[in-house]
Amino acid sequence: MPTVSFTPALRRFLAAPPATVEGATVGAALAAVFAERPGLRGYILDDQGTVRRHVAIYVNGAPARLGDPVGGGDEIFVFQALTGG
Amino acid sequence: MAERIYVGTRKGLFEVARRNRAWDIAAVHFLGDPVSAVLSDAAGTLYAALDLGHFGAKLWRREAGGAWRELPAPAFPPKPADAGDDPHPWTLGKIWALEPGGVPGRLWAGTMPGGLFRSDDGGESWALNEPLWRMPERRQWLGVAGGEQPGISTVLVDPRNPADIRVGVSTAGVWASGDEGASWRIINRGMYNEYMPPERREDPIAQDIHQLARCRAHPEIMWCQHHNGVFRSEDGGESWRELAAIRPSKFGFAVAAHPRDPLTAWFVPAAKDERRVAVDARLVVARTRDGGASFEVLSRGLPQRHAYDLVWRHALAVDGEGRGLAFGSTTGGLWISEDGGESWTMPEARLPPVAVVRFAAA
Repeated sequence: MPTVSFTPALRRFLAAPPATVEGATVGAALAAVFAERPGLRGYILDDQGTVRRHVAIYVNGAPARLGDPVGGGDEIFVFQALTGG
Repeated sequence: MAERIYVGTRKGLFEVARRNRAWDIAAVHFLGDPVSAVLSDAAGTLYAALDLGHFGAKLWRREAGGAWRELPAPAFPPKPADAGDDPHPWTLGKIWALEPGGVPGRLWAGTMPGGLFRSDDGGESWALNEPLWRMPERRQWLGVAGGEQPGISTVLVDPRNPADIRVGVSTAGVWASGDEGASWRIINRGMYNEYMPPERREDPIAQDIHQLARCRAHPEIMWCQHHNGVFRSEDGGESWRELAAIRPSKFGFAVAAHPRDPLTAWFVPAAKDERRVAVDARLVVARTRDGGASFEVLSRGLPQRHAYDLVWRHALAVDGEGRGLAFGSTTGGLWISEDGGESWTMPEARLPPVAVVRFAAA
């Protein structure tokens, strides 16, 4: 099962600890996390279910999309690109 | 006058309180986060809308004496397949206006990209007002400041009748509903927009409504700070007359209406429109007390030398009595008047850029 970790920048708003979840794709793994933590969904995805423009998802250190397949031992990391002043 | 003011800024919500006859910052909430709208209701509940750059628009609520709790933010329904050519995104940009709906639990939220949302449970859940969003004319709405997103900057509910609603859109004129939002029509005859092509200048939908205000005791009286002028309506926004006497300029964003006196309103004019700073670098408030026939320029206590402040559309507030006023600026100034604008004081603070100022309602 893949593990999903979130940027610590989210801690100011809500709890988002790492989770090892079922899911054959990045999107399915995230959906499993959001099922446990519904408030988290809107921080990562927009109203249409796509990844927010300033949020990035990497799998094992490389950029990934919601439809990309994942499996046991894969590390999904969700973070933001800090910009502006 | 009200003794507490909420100031939403680029980097947090500041609670300003009057103590020992002086105004001071009493609390800071959401430090570091952009605040786009604030609402204080008569029960003492406070709502704050955040515009998080990375994580989207959020909504928080604090009951009187309680702690902050995040509420679900308004969300657009799934974009239908036949809306592929919609010029506006079907995802919440930011909450730009938050207003009580006139019945217990009801709130209205005006947003970018132009969606109007309603809650009937104090913000615990929200629904898009589909009749307004699905009007074909909505595709003609223009984005704010050249962006892709139009914004509903004002929601005004008639205090006598909660079914009677006006919304001001930048840029798409004034829209009215008499049936709680089940149907809408564009109103606002009499305005003109100088920056539009000549054949569209007087088109109601082409009007750049920076902000609307209405006299609570005489709701048919409305005031508008438009992109290129100041206007007043005596028929609930159906028809408008320009107030050419405004000075020192007719450009600006903010307007506040006296809650009882239908002839009194305040504006904060600025140098139009490419520069957008205080006229001659002197910060002033323009007040009319005769329905706009004439204006006084009020400056006592305001910076009159090298002031490059701009006051955004939600950053001027009047209290429930019409004596207390407060406004904040893009350079983080905050000025408070306890005498209807005659004189102003500034708390000892250098705030982040101010987006919204509201008096505590309770």
